[in-house]
Amino acid sequence: MAESIVSPKLERRASPRPSVRALAIMPAFNEEDSLPRVIAEIRDFDPHLEIVVVDDGSTDRTAQVAEAAGAKVLKLPFNVGIGGAVQTGYQYARDNGFDIAVQVDGDGQHDPREIPRLLEPLLEDRADMVVGSRFAPGGGYRGTPVRRIGIHLFAAIVSLLVRARVTDTTSGFRAVNRKAIRLFAIDYPPDYPEVEATVLLVRCGLRMLEVPVQMRVRETGASSITALRSVYYMVKVLLALFIGLFRRYTTPLEEP
Amino acid sequence: MTPLRVSIYAAVAAVILLLVILELIRSRRLQERYALLWLLTGIVILVLALWRGALGTLSDAVGIHYPPSALFVIGSVFILLVLLHYSTVISDLSERNTKLAQRLALLETRLEEEGIQETSSR
Repeated sequence: MAESIVSPKLERRASPRPSVRALAIMPAFNEEDSLPRVIAEIRDFDPHLEIVVVDDGSTDRTAQVAEAAGAKVLKLPFNVGIGGAVQTGYQYARDNGFDIAVQVDGDGQHDPREIPRLLEPLLEDRADMVVGSRFAPGGGYRGTPVRRIGIHLFAAIVSLLVRARVTDTTSGFRAVNRKAIRLFAIDYPPDYPEVEATVLLVRCGLRMLEVPVQMRVRETGASSITALRSVYYMVKVLLALFIGLFRRYTTPLEEP
Repeated sequence: MTPLRVSIYAAVAAVILLLVILELIRSRRLQERYALLWLLTGIVILVLALWRGALGTLSDAVGIHYPPSALFVIGSVFILLVLLHYSTVISDLSERNTKLAQRLALLETRLEEEGIQETSSR
Protein backbone atom coordinates (compact mmCIF):
# COMPACT_ATOMS: atom_id res chain seq x y z
CA MET A 1 0.00 0.00 0.00
CA ALA A 2 1.68 3.25 -1.09
CA GLU A 3 1.68 5.99 1.53
CA SER A 4 0.78 8.68 -0.94
CA ILE A 5 -2.52 7.24 -2.09
CA VAL A 6 -4.50 6.89 1.10
CA SER A 7 -8.10 6.66 0.06
CA PRO A 8 -10.83 7.58 2.54
CA LYS A 9 -11.83 3.92 2.57
CA LEU A 10 -8.47 2.83 3.91
CA GLU A 11 -8.52 5.59 6.47
CA ARG A 12 -11.78 4.42 7.96
CA ARG A 13 -11.83 4.23 11.71
CA ALA A 14 -14.35 2.62 14.02
CA SER A 15 -15.55 5.89 15.58
CA PRO A 16 -15.37 8.55 12.91
CA ARG A 17 -17.38 10.95 15.05
CA PRO A 18 -16.20 11.46 18.60
CA SER A 19 -19.76 12.16 19.74
CA VAL A 20 -20.85 8.63 18.89
CA ARG A 21 -20.36 6.23 21.78
CA ALA A 22 -19.84 2.66 20.71
CA LEU A 23 -19.70 -0.44 22.88
CA ALA A 24 -18.33 -3.87 22.05
CA ILE A 25 -20.35 -6.61 23.72
CA MET A 26 -18.34 -9.76 24.18
CA PRO A 27 -20.14 -12.78 25.63
CA ALA A 28 -17.64 -15.24 27.09
CA PHE A 29 -17.88 -18.67 28.66
CA ASN A 30 -14.53 -20.12 29.73
CA GLU A 31 -12.49 -18.12 27.25
CA GLU A 32 -9.50 -17.24 29.44
CA ASP A 33 -7.05 -18.36 26.75
CA SER A 34 -8.30 -16.25 23.88
CA LEU A 35 -9.87 -13.23 25.63
CA PRO A 36 -6.71 -11.23 26.45
CA ARG A 37 -5.58 -11.32 22.82
CA VAL A 38 -9.04 -10.50 21.44
CA ILE A 39 -9.46 -7.57 23.84
CA ALA A 40 -5.95 -6.26 23.16
CA GLU A 41 -6.59 -6.47 19.43
CA ILE A 42 -9.77 -4.41 19.70
CA ARG A 43 -8.10 -1.81 21.92
CA ASP A 44 -5.17 -1.58 19.53
CA PHE A 45 -7.47 -1.15 16.62
CA ASP A 46 -9.78 1.42 18.20
CA PRO A 47 -9.00 2.72 21.70
CA HIS A 48 -12.33 4.62 21.79
CA LEU A 49 -14.46 1.53 21.52
CA GLU A 50 -15.51 0.54 25.02
CA ILE A 51 -15.54 -3.17 25.73
CA VAL A 52 -17.87 -5.05 28.04
CA VAL A 53 -17.28 -8.73 28.60
CA VAL A 54 -20.31 -10.66 29.80
CA ASP A 55 -18.93 -13.57 31.78
CA ASP A 56 -21.62 -16.23 31.50
CA GLY A 57 -20.83 -18.17 34.66
CA SER A 58 -17.33 -19.22 33.61
CA THR A 59 -15.48 -21.64 35.85
CA ASP A 60 -12.05 -20.48 34.72
CA ARG A 61 -10.36 -17.08 35.08
CA THR A 62 -12.32 -15.43 32.26
CA ALA A 63 -13.46 -12.47 34.40
CA GLN A 64 -10.01 -11.79 35.87
CA VAL A 65 -8.14 -11.90 32.56
CA ALA A 66 -10.79 -9.69 30.91
CA GLU A 67 -10.47 -7.11 33.67
CA ALA A 68 -6.70 -7.25 33.51
CA ALA A 69 -6.89 -6.65 29.76
CA GLY A 70 -8.86 -3.48 30.42
CA ALA A 71 -12.43 -4.51 29.70
CA LYS A 72 -15.47 -3.85 31.85
CA VAL A 73 -16.80 -7.20 33.12
CA LEU A 74 -20.38 -8.15 33.90
CA LYS A 75 -20.30 -11.35 35.90
CA LEU A 76 -23.43 -13.48 35.71
CA PRO A 77 -23.94 -15.62 38.83
CA PHE A 78 -24.46 -18.75 36.72
CA ASN A 79 -24.57 -19.82 33.10
CA VAL A 80 -27.67 -18.29 31.53
CA GLY A 81 -26.91 -19.21 27.93
CA ILE A 82 -25.68 -17.11 25.03
CA GLY A 83 -28.97 -15.24 24.53
CA GLY A 84 -29.27 -14.11 28.13
CA ALA A 85 -25.59 -13.17 28.23
CA VAL A 86 -25.75 -11.04 25.10
CA GLN A 87 -28.96 -9.41 26.31
CA THR A 88 -27.18 -8.40 29.52
CA GLY A 89 -24.72 -6.55 27.30
CA TYR A 90 -27.56 -4.79 25.49
CA GLN A 91 -29.09 -3.77 28.82
CA TYR A 92 -25.73 -2.35 29.84
CA ALA A 93 -25.57 -0.44 26.55
CA ARG A 94 -29.08 0.93 27.04
CA ASP A 95 -28.58 1.93 30.68
CA ASN A 96 -25.31 3.70 29.90
CA GLY A 97 -26.57 5.58 26.88
CA PHE A 98 -24.47 4.01 24.14
CA ASP A 99 -25.37 4.93 20.56
CA ILE A 100 -24.05 1.76 19.00
CA ALA A 101 -23.39 -1.75 20.26
CA VAL A 102 -21.40 -4.32 18.35
CA GLN A 103 -21.37 -7.99 19.29
CA VAL A 104 -17.95 -9.63 19.07
CA ASP A 105 -17.20 -13.24 20.00
CA GLY A 106 -14.61 -13.79 22.70
CA ASP A 107 -12.95 -16.65 20.83
CA GLY A 108 -11.26 -14.50 18.22
CA GLN A 109 -13.18 -15.56 15.12
CA HIS A 110 -14.42 -12.01 14.55
CA ASP A 111 -11.74 -9.73 13.18
CA PRO A 112 -11.84 -6.25 14.80
CA ARG A 113 -10.61 -4.75 11.55
CA GLU A 114 -14.02 -5.59 10.08
CA ILE A 115 -15.89 -3.58 12.73
CA PRO A 116 -15.90 -0.31 10.73
CA ARG A 117 -17.74 -2.08 7.90
CA LEU A 118 -20.46 -2.99 10.39
CA LEU A 119 -20.70 0.49 11.88
CA GLU A 120 -20.74 2.47 8.65
CA PRO A 121 -24.37 1.78 7.65
CA LEU A 122 -25.49 2.57 11.21
CA LEU A 123 -23.65 5.90 11.22
CA GLU A 124 -25.20 6.75 7.86
CA ASP A 125 -28.60 5.65 9.22
CA ARG A 126 -29.11 3.12 6.45
CA ALA A 127 -29.94 0.32 8.90
CA ASP A 128 -30.81 -0.38 12.53
CA MET A 129 -28.83 -3.61 12.59
CA VAL A 130 -25.87 -4.64 10.45
CA VAL A 131 -24.84 -8.29 10.30
CA GLY A 132 -21.43 -9.44 9.17
CA SER A 133 -22.12 -12.23 6.69
CA ARG A 134 -19.72 -14.98 5.72
CA PHE A 135 -21.76 -15.76 2.63
CA ALA A 136 -22.58 -12.38 1.15
CA PRO A 137 -20.56 -11.72 -2.00
CA GLY A 138 -17.07 -10.86 -0.80
CA GLY A 139 -17.28 -12.77 2.49
CA GLY A 140 -15.35 -15.90 3.31
CA TYR A 141 -16.22 -19.07 5.19
CA ARG A 142 -14.80 -22.53 5.56
CA GLY A 143 -16.92 -24.99 7.53
CA THR A 144 -18.25 -28.51 7.48
CA PRO A 145 -20.85 -29.28 4.77
CA VAL A 146 -23.53 -30.14 7.36
CA ARG A 147 -23.23 -26.76 9.05
CA ARG A 148 -23.31 -25.03 5.71
CA ILE A 149 -26.54 -26.83 4.76
CA GLY A 150 -28.15 -25.80 8.07
CA ILE A 151 -26.98 -22.23 7.65
CA HIS A 152 -28.35 -22.07 4.10
CA LEU A 153 -31.69 -23.60 5.12
CA PHE A 154 -32.16 -20.95 7.80
CA ALA A 155 -31.09 -18.30 5.31
CA ALA A 156 -33.79 -19.40 2.86
CA ILE A 157 -36.52 -19.41 5.54
CA VAL A 158 -35.48 -16.11 7.09
CA SER A 159 -35.23 -14.49 3.66
CA LEU A 160 -38.85 -15.50 3.09
CA LEU A 161 -39.96 -14.21 6.49
CA VAL A 162 -38.28 -10.81 6.27
CA ARG A 163 -38.91 -10.46 2.53
CA ALA A 164 -35.29 -9.65 1.78
CA ARG A 165 -32.28 -11.71 0.83
CA VAL A 166 -30.44 -12.80 3.96
CA THR A 167 -27.37 -14.99 3.48
CA ASP A 168 -26.01 -15.57 7.00
CA THR A 169 -28.59 -15.78 9.78
CA THR A 170 -26.36 -17.47 12.36
CA SER A 171 -23.58 -14.90 12.34
CA GLY A 172 -23.01 -13.46 15.81
CA PHE A 173 -20.93 -10.59 14.41
CA ARG A 174 -23.45 -7.76 14.33
CA ALA A 175 -23.85 -4.11 15.22
CA VAL A 176 -27.00 -2.23 16.22
CA ASN A 177 -28.11 1.36 16.88
CA ARG A 178 -30.03 2.81 19.85
CA LYS A 179 -33.41 1.63 18.62
CA ALA A 180 -32.29 -1.96 18.26
CA ILE A 181 -30.38 -1.79 21.56
CA ARG A 182 -33.66 -0.88 23.25
CA LEU A 183 -35.49 -3.72 21.51
CA PHE A 184 -32.91 -6.38 22.35
CA ALA A 185 -32.59 -5.14 25.94
CA ILE A 186 -36.28 -5.96 26.37
CA ASP A 187 -36.78 -8.89 24.03
CA TYR A 188 -34.06 -11.33 23.01
CA PRO A 189 -34.32 -15.09 22.43
CA PRO A 190 -32.78 -17.14 25.26
CA ASP A 191 -30.80 -19.74 23.33
CA TYR A 192 -29.38 -19.91 19.80
CA PRO A 193 -30.70 -16.37 19.42
CA GLU A 194 -29.22 -15.03 16.15
CA VAL A 195 -31.79 -16.39 13.69
CA GLU A 196 -34.82 -15.39 15.76
CA ALA A 197 -33.38 -12.01 16.68
CA THR A 198 -33.07 -11.13 12.99
CA VAL A 199 -36.72 -11.94 12.30
CA LEU A 200 -37.82 -10.24 15.53
CA LEU A 201 -36.02 -7.04 14.54
CA VAL A 202 -37.63 -6.90 11.10
CA ARG A 203 -41.07 -7.79 12.47
CA CYS A 204 -40.73 -4.85 14.85
CA GLY A 205 -40.26 -2.57 11.87
CA LEU A 206 -36.49 -2.04 12.10
CA ARG A 207 -34.11 -2.26 9.16
CA MET A 208 -31.52 -5.00 8.81
CA LEU A 209 -28.54 -5.00 6.47
CA GLU A 210 -25.81 -7.53 5.71
CA VAL A 211 -22.23 -6.68 4.87
CA PRO A 212 -19.66 -9.24 3.76
CA VAL A 213 -16.95 -10.10 6.30
CA GLN A 214 -14.15 -12.59 6.59
CA MET A 215 -14.21 -14.73 9.69
CA ARG A 216 -11.22 -16.48 11.15
CA VAL A 217 -10.89 -20.01 12.38
CA ARG A 218 -11.47 -20.03 16.13
CA GLU A 219 -8.21 -19.88 18.04
CA THR A 220 -9.12 -21.88 21.11
CA GLY A 221 -12.01 -23.94 22.42
CA ALA A 222 -14.58 -25.87 20.44
CA SER A 223 -17.86 -24.74 18.95
CA SER A 224 -20.66 -25.18 21.47
CA ILE A 225 -22.72 -26.89 18.78
CA THR A 226 -22.48 -30.69 18.92
CA ALA A 227 -24.48 -33.22 16.88
CA LEU A 228 -27.36 -33.69 19.31
CA ARG A 229 -27.50 -29.99 20.08
CA SER A 230 -27.65 -29.12 16.41
CA VAL A 231 -30.84 -31.19 16.11
CA TYR A 232 -32.30 -29.29 19.06
CA TYR A 233 -31.04 -26.05 17.50
CA MET A 234 -32.81 -26.75 14.20
CA VAL A 235 -36.11 -27.89 15.74
CA LYS A 236 -36.22 -25.10 18.31
CA VAL A 237 -35.45 -22.33 15.83
CA LEU A 238 -37.87 -23.65 13.21
CA LEU A 239 -40.62 -23.89 15.86
CA ALA A 240 -39.89 -20.39 17.11
CA LEU A 241 -39.92 -18.96 13.59
CA PHE A 242 -43.25 -20.68 12.84
CA ILE A 243 -44.87 -19.50 16.07
CA GLY A 244 -43.44 -16.03 15.50
CA LEU A 245 -45.67 -15.73 12.45
CA PHE A 246 -48.71 -15.66 14.73
CA ARG A 247 -47.30 -13.22 17.28
CA ARG A 248 -47.95 -9.53 17.40
CA TYR A 249 -44.92 -7.43 18.24
CA THR A 250 -45.64 -4.34 20.29
CA THR A 251 -42.34 -3.65 22.07
CA PRO A 252 -42.12 0.12 22.60
CA LEU A 253 -39.00 1.39 20.86
CA GLU A 254 -39.20 5.14 21.27
CA GLU A 255 -37.06 6.65 23.98
CA PRO A 256 -39.03 7.83 27.00
CA MET B 1 -58.27 -53.50 15.92
CA THR B 2 -58.85 -50.27 17.76
CA PRO B 3 -62.53 -49.28 17.93
CA LEU B 4 -63.09 -46.37 15.53
CA ARG B 5 -64.58 -44.16 18.21
CA VAL B 6 -61.50 -44.58 20.41
CA SER B 7 -59.29 -43.52 17.49
CA ILE B 8 -61.40 -40.46 16.79
CA TYR B 9 -61.51 -39.27 20.40
CA ALA B 10 -57.80 -39.92 20.89
CA ALA B 11 -56.98 -37.96 17.73
CA VAL B 12 -59.20 -35.06 18.78
CA ALA B 13 -57.63 -34.99 22.23
CA ALA B 14 -54.13 -34.99 20.71
CA VAL B 15 -55.01 -32.13 18.37
CA ILE B 16 -56.43 -30.09 21.27
CA LEU B 17 -53.25 -30.76 23.27
CA LEU B 18 -51.10 -29.58 20.36
CA LEU B 19 -53.17 -26.43 19.85
CA VAL B 20 -53.01 -25.55 23.54
CA ILE B 21 -49.22 -25.99 23.56
CA LEU B 22 -48.80 -23.83 20.46
CA GLU B 23 -51.01 -21.11 21.93
CA LEU B 24 -49.03 -21.18 25.18
CA ILE B 25 -45.81 -20.66 23.22
CA ARG B 26 -47.35 -17.91 21.11
CA SER B 27 -48.53 -15.98 24.15
CA ARG B 28 -45.08 -16.46 25.70
CA ARG B 29 -46.27 -18.43 28.68
CA LEU B 30 -44.22 -21.45 27.57
CA GLN B 31 -40.67 -21.30 26.25
CA GLU B 32 -39.84 -23.34 23.14
CA ARG B 33 -37.24 -25.38 24.98
CA TYR B 34 -39.77 -26.65 27.50
CA ALA B 35 -42.44 -27.25 24.88
CA LEU B 36 -40.54 -29.68 22.66
CA LEU B 37 -41.20 -32.79 24.77
CA TRP B 38 -44.89 -31.89 25.05
CA LEU B 39 -45.13 -31.41 21.29
CA LEU B 40 -43.48 -34.79 20.72
CA THR B 41 -46.04 -36.36 23.09
CA GLY B 42 -48.95 -34.84 21.19
CA ILE B 43 -47.55 -35.81 17.80
CA VAL B 44 -46.88 -39.44 18.79
CA ILE B 45 -50.38 -39.86 20.22
CA LEU B 46 -51.92 -38.22 17.17
CA VAL B 47 -49.99 -40.45 14.75
CA LEU B 48 -50.87 -43.66 16.63
CA ALA B 49 -54.50 -42.63 16.93
CA LEU B 50 -54.83 -42.04 13.19
CA TRP B 51 -52.54 -44.82 11.98
CA ARG B 52 -54.53 -47.65 13.46
CA GLY B 53 -52.55 -50.41 11.74
CA ALA B 54 -49.34 -49.28 13.41
CA LEU B 55 -50.96 -49.20 16.85
CA GLY B 56 -52.28 -52.75 16.26
CA THR B 57 -48.86 -54.07 15.20
CA LEU B 58 -47.20 -52.32 18.14
CA SER B 59 -49.60 -53.69 20.75
CA ASP B 60 -49.31 -57.22 19.25
CA ALA B 61 -45.53 -56.97 19.45
CA VAL B 62 -45.55 -56.22 23.18
CA GLY B 63 -48.41 -58.61 23.95
CA ILE B 64 -51.18 -56.12 24.65
CA HIS B 65 -54.43 -57.58 23.35
CA TYR B 66 -56.52 -54.41 23.43
CA PRO B 67 -54.73 -51.75 21.27
CA PRO B 68 -56.23 -48.70 23.06
CA SER B 69 -54.38 -49.89 26.19
CA ALA B 70 -51.13 -49.59 24.24
CA LEU B 71 -52.04 -45.99 23.39
CA PHE B 72 -52.66 -45.42 27.09
CA VAL B 73 -49.30 -46.94 28.04
CA ILE B 74 -47.43 -44.84 25.48
CA GLY B 75 -49.17 -41.71 26.72
CA SER B 76 -48.19 -42.59 30.30
CA VAL B 77 -44.56 -43.14 29.32
CA PHE B 78 -44.37 -39.72 27.73
CA ILE B 79 -45.98 -38.04 30.72
CA LEU B 80 -43.40 -39.80 32.89
CA LEU B 81 -40.62 -38.43 30.67
CA VAL B 82 -42.02 -34.91 30.82
CA LEU B 83 -42.28 -35.09 34.63
CA LEU B 84 -38.76 -36.42 34.97
CA HIS B 85 -37.49 -33.65 32.71
CA TYR B 86 -39.29 -31.06 34.78
CA SER B 87 -37.83 -32.48 37.98
CA THR B 88 -34.35 -31.81 36.63
CA VAL B 89 -35.43 -28.34 35.52
CA ILE B 90 -36.84 -27.57 38.97
CA SER B 91 -33.64 -28.79 40.62
CA ASP B 92 -31.63 -26.49 38.40
CA LEU B 93 -33.95 -23.55 39.09
CA SER B 94 -33.85 -24.05 42.86
CA GLU B 95 -30.05 -24.19 42.79
CA ARG B 96 -29.96 -20.93 40.82
CA ASN B 97 -32.48 -19.36 43.14
CA THR B 98 -30.27 -20.12 46.13
CA LYS B 99 -27.24 -18.67 44.36
CA LEU B 100 -29.17 -15.50 43.51
CA ALA B 101 -30.38 -15.06 47.09
CA GLN B 102 -26.85 -15.53 48.39
CA ARG B 103 -25.38 -13.08 45.91
CA LEU B 104 -28.09 -10.55 46.78
CA ALA B 105 -27.43 -10.86 50.52
CA LEU B 106 -23.69 -10.39 50.03
CA LEU B 107 -24.25 -7.43 47.70
CA GLU B 108 -26.69 -5.77 50.09
CA THR B 109 -24.21 -6.03 52.94
CA ARG B 110 -21.43 -4.65 50.80
CA LEU B 111 -23.59 -1.70 49.71
CA GLU B 112 -24.55 -0.91 53.30
CA GLU B 113 -20.94 -1.11 54.41
CA GLU B 114 -20.00 1.31 51.66
CA GLY B 115 -22.54 3.72 53.09
CA ILE B 116 -24.94 3.70 50.19
CA GLN B 117 -28.51 4.19 51.32
CA GLU B 118 -30.94 1.54 50.31
CA THR B 119 -33.48 3.01 47.97
CA SER B 120 -35.93 0.16 48.03
CA SER B 121 -38.99 0.77 50.18
CA ARG B 122 -39.76 -1.73 52.87
